[in-house]
Amino acid sequence: MPELSPADGLIASSWLLIALPLAGAAVLLLGGRRTDRWGHLLGVATVVSAFVLGLLCTVQLDGRAVDVDLFTFVSVGSLDVRAGLLFDPLSAVFVLLITGVGALIHVYSVGYMAHDPHRRRFFAYLNLFVAAMLLLVLGDNYVALYVGWEGVGLASYLLIAFWYERPAAATAAKKAFVMNRVGDVGLALAIFVLFAQLGTVSYAGVFGSVGLLTGGTVTAIGLLLLLGACGKSGQFPLQAWLPDAMEGPTPVSALIHAATMVTAGVYLIARSAPIYDLTPAARAAVLAVGAITLTIGAVAGCAQDDVKKVLAYSTVSQIGYMFLAVGLGPIGYVAGLAHLLTHGFFKAGLFLGAGSVMHAMDDSVDMRRFGGLASRMKTTFVTFGLGYLALIGFPFLSGFYTKDAIIEAAFDRGDGWGSLLGWVAVLAAGLTAFYMTRLMLMTFAGRPRWEPGVHPHESPPVMTVPMVLLAVGSVLAGFLLVVAFPLEEWLAPVFGAPTEAEHVVAPLTVSLLVTAAMVLGVLAAWVFVGRREVPVTAPVRVSPVTRAARRALYADTVNESLFMRPGQWLTRALVFIDNRGVDGAVNGLAATLGGSSSRLGRAQTGFVRSYALSMLGGAVVVAGVLLAVTVG
Amino acid sequence: MVQAPEISLAALAPLLFVLGAACVGVLVEAFGPPEGRHRVQVAVALVGTLGGLVTSLLLAGERQVTAGGALAVDGPAVFLQATIAGLGALSVLLFAERSLDPARSAFVAAAAVPAGSPRDRELMTSSRVQTEVYPLTGFAVGGMMLFVAANDLLVMFVALEVLSLPLYLISGLARRRRLLSQEAAVKYFLLGAFASAFFLYGLALVYGATGSVRLADIRAAAAVGGTDLLLVLGLALLVVGLMFKASVAPFHAWTPDVYQGAPTPVTAFMAACTKVAAFGAILRLLYVAFGTSEWTWRPLVYGIAIVSMVVGAVLGLTQTDLKRMLAYSSIAHAGFLLTGVLGLNGGADAAGSGLGATMFYLLAYGLTTLGAFAVLTLVRDGAGEATHLSRWAGLARRSPLTAAVMALFLLALAGIPLTSGFTAKFAVFRAAIDAGAWPLVVVALLASAVAAFFYLRVIVLMYFAEPVVDGPTVGVPGLPTTIVLAVTVTATVVLGIAPGAVLDVAERAAIFVG
Repeated sequence: MPELSPADGLIASSWLLIALPLAGAAVLLLGGRRTDRWGHLLGVATVVSAFVLGLLCTVQLDGRAVDVDLFTFVSVGSLDVRAGLLFDPLSAVFVLLITGVGALIHVYSVGYMAHDPHRRRFFAYLNLFVAAMLLLVLGDNYVALYVGWEGVGLASYLLIAFWYERPAAATAAKKAFVMNRVGDVGLALAIFVLFAQLGTVSYAGVFGSVGLLTGGTVTAIGLLLLLGACGKSGQFPLQAWLPDAMEGPTPVSALIHAATMVTAGVYLIARSAPIYDLTPAARAAVLAVGAITLTIGAVAGCAQDDVKKVLAYSTVSQIGYMFLAVGLGPIGYVAGLAHLLTHGFFKAGLFLGAGSVMHAMDDSVDMRRFGGLASRMKTTFVTFGLGYLALIGFPFLSGFYTKDAIIEAAFDRGDGWGSLLGWVAVLAAGLTAFYMTRLMLMTFAGRPRWEPGVHPHESPPVMTVPMVLLAVGSVLAGFLLVVAFPLEEWLAPVFGAPTEAEHVVAPLTVSLLVTAAMVLGVLAAWVFVGRREVPVTAPVRVSPVTRAARRALYADTVNESLFMRPGQWLTRALVFIDNRGVDGAVNGLAATLGGSSSRLGRAQTGFVRSYALSMLGGAVVVAGVLLAVTVG
Repeated sequence: MVQAPEISLAALAPLLFVLGAACVGVLVEAFGPPEGRHRVQVAVALVGTLGGLVTSLLLAGERQVTAGGALAVDGPAVFLQATIAGLGALSVLLFAERSLDPARSAFVAAAAVPAGSPRDRELMTSSRVQTEVYPLTGFAVGGMMLFVAANDLLVMFVALEVLSLPLYLISGLARRRRLLSQEAAVKYFLLGAFASAFFLYGLALVYGATGSVRLADIRAAAAVGGTDLLLVLGLALLVVGLMFKASVAPFHAWTPDVYQGAPTPVTAFMAACTKVAAFGAILRLLYVAFGTSEWTWRPLVYGIAIVSMVVGAVLGLTQTDLKRMLAYSSIAHAGFLLTGVLGLNGGADAAGSGLGATMFYLLAYGLTTLGAFAVLTLVRDGAGEATHLSRWAGLARRSPLTAAVMALFLLALAGIPLTSGFTAKFAVFRAAIDAGAWPLVVVALLASAVAAFFYLRVIVLMYFAEPVVDGPTVGVPGLPTTIVLAVTVTATVVLGIAPGAVLDVAERAAIFVG
């Protein structure tokens, strides 16, 4: 980690990045109906100004790591947490991604949510999300990160359940919240261990002294951080909430559940690179999680009929690629982050396109009732198509550069595991091409299979302009980040200067391999989907593989049978013990006391003679005891 | 030629003040004009008790034996005298309340008229009040203050009688339910006489064993011949006499009947002041006279404490009358106080934290129980005070303030934190643990838990039960009762939240003069 330099110039006011959207959220939430008329404009304005500020700060940064000291956040005993911001090249790219894509999606939402009576509340939550996400990436210590982490979790919960009157949305929000808690506990424990062992939670303090810890402790911290990352980023084994989260409005899916929040886990692991550098075991776990998830996501994506669910599984899979990359260590960090950025562009674009399609199809998401939309929605088709090509790694578009870099890095590990991971990633690239092509074919090609009364139409410019901009990003981002202005050099102060690694497999070979897999995938999709008529209802008699893929490899079934049912049994058993055992004991005791009270009470006859007798008895006992003590 | 003993009038000032005022009260009763006598008597009684309070406060730090060695004016004596005088003044205020009962007083107009006779019924509705109760109370308070300072078994016996006889009388002076009140008075008198006989016989045995009635001489004799059977038997009988006054089980049998039958202000007075006086005497007897044979009586007090706590807590569970319930509460609290007595480790000369804790407990408990009985005088129906538990159902809806005040006192009696009851219990339990009596503290905590049930039941009843149809009305208290409630509520809260200063005073006062 480079030396911290004091805040100067515009960077000193980088707290405004967080304060602006936060103020927006506060005004919109507290202002109530009075802000209904202009609330969405305020929401857009705060994020756009945050983007401009972030851009200017980034220009001034010049490869330094700037520490912006704000105030003391917690000071209890020996725990002293300063609220400070760390503006360094790594947080800068995240700031630009969050505010940049965030601003476009805010603009899009103005059109998408135009007819929703609660648009103001929507923008308030979106602003809240942006503020929390910026705190997450800008905090200079783990506690600030945790506050942001919980903040985005809250915003995500509120936004998934934005249409809380729909049971599916409410359930999905609850599911997301609960599964995120599992991860959050891991992150919290990791912070506790850091503080208990090192006495500090600031990045500078932790990374400066983490080398003093024993290997086991570091591994434990690494695994706990990974658990946190898995929860937030929808990685195996906590991936099941993310597809359900698509119940939220589509801009939310685009911003939170594709481009930004779900990549927080990648940020956490990249930020904690000095910890993972010391623990090969935890790093291997990251690799395993990434490889498993990218496969699960790609397989499940092949069998979904819900357009947003396909994209959601695609997100799960692509974040798996990023985990794979950061799990590779120094050779993969930059590749993973580059993929994170390009993915932010094309996946946000794809979601906005899907939203545009839904807008046209009366909020239907069933691809079996789409078809033939290419001619009706030209802008959407073209922008969506560019995003699609970027995602499947069409040569010289974004995904081509960044995904190839990850697969290259995997092969460059040089051992058998590296080759295995590389081949898995190549295979998944083929699957990606298959399910995305299937999505394109079912949505835009073929004969219309629309529900009666649906009249598709192109969306208004307020929605298409952000889609166009994101499509441009999808096309160019890879070239810009890898070739024109290498991200490697920009991030050198954080992850070390780029070294020309020795390639085990020549980059050209890898590119050819990935492209071949992609072509195979596209062809397979054409063979299985494009050539035939798409049935309006999903076929029932399908192979076991398809059935498994439709149910996302039984992730929910596993969760339910491993955790939910035993949990229910446990609570039922506890209730039983409480009712029969604890209550029984308490009630029995109370009855015993009450009974003895009544029996003893009979001695209280009201007759002086019996009272006097009891006194005499007492006196005899007293005298007897004293004599016994004296004599004995 | 008999040598006149050395007498320090300054050290006796509190006693002289209270007893002098009582004598003035007798004169007023004899020669004062009937109209306006009540007001004068209240004023005289207040001047006496408050004067006693002020003069004993001025004596703080005093440490001497006077009146030829018959009286000890030391830290515990002064602290407890001030406590008794202060609680006595509050009791006088409760006696003086005239706006609650339609008959203008809680006391019978003419005690000699047979209950239920035509004359009695006539007097019942008249606004005539009798005022003998004030000088009687003055003597009782004086006797109690003498009791805690007595350094001589004979003086202690005289004090016991001076405080008891007026109490027997005023217990029988209730204006309503006269037969119950008179029955209580007779029971109290008979059993009290029985207990006094024990005390007197014990005194005689101790004199026989040691040849002296001075506590210091007994101490010296006990140090030499601590295993003398006569002496030990004498101690046993003295303890019985004192435990009776303190209403410690198994000498408690009179307590519920008398507490229930006596006029409620008198019950308040007895519950608060008699307890303080009796425990003052117990502490002095055990630590000054028998401090050197501590290990003789420790097991006994240990056992009695457990019996008292358990009997009080368990029997309290099935009571349906609030006055009886508070009586059993008083028995349980006597047991808790005995744990503080056992916390005294190291004898009379050591600044034992148990002594300070016990004195603090006496002050806190006295104020709280006085307040609780004061609230009982407010809730009335046609037949006088409505003390049956069922009549209090839903009281919070009719009179939220009364219910809240009562709830506070009940929480304090149960020992809930942020009330004086918690601080006091904590202090005595800690002292007992320091003295190694932790099994006793475990029993005490269990007993507290059991007792908490019947306190909380009243709160639940007041707040969560449907009000009874044609339930009792809550009277608007006059100035005297209002003052009492204000003082007791304030003390209960302040001693719970910021007890430091008072605990410190009690701690510093906790040294007996030898």
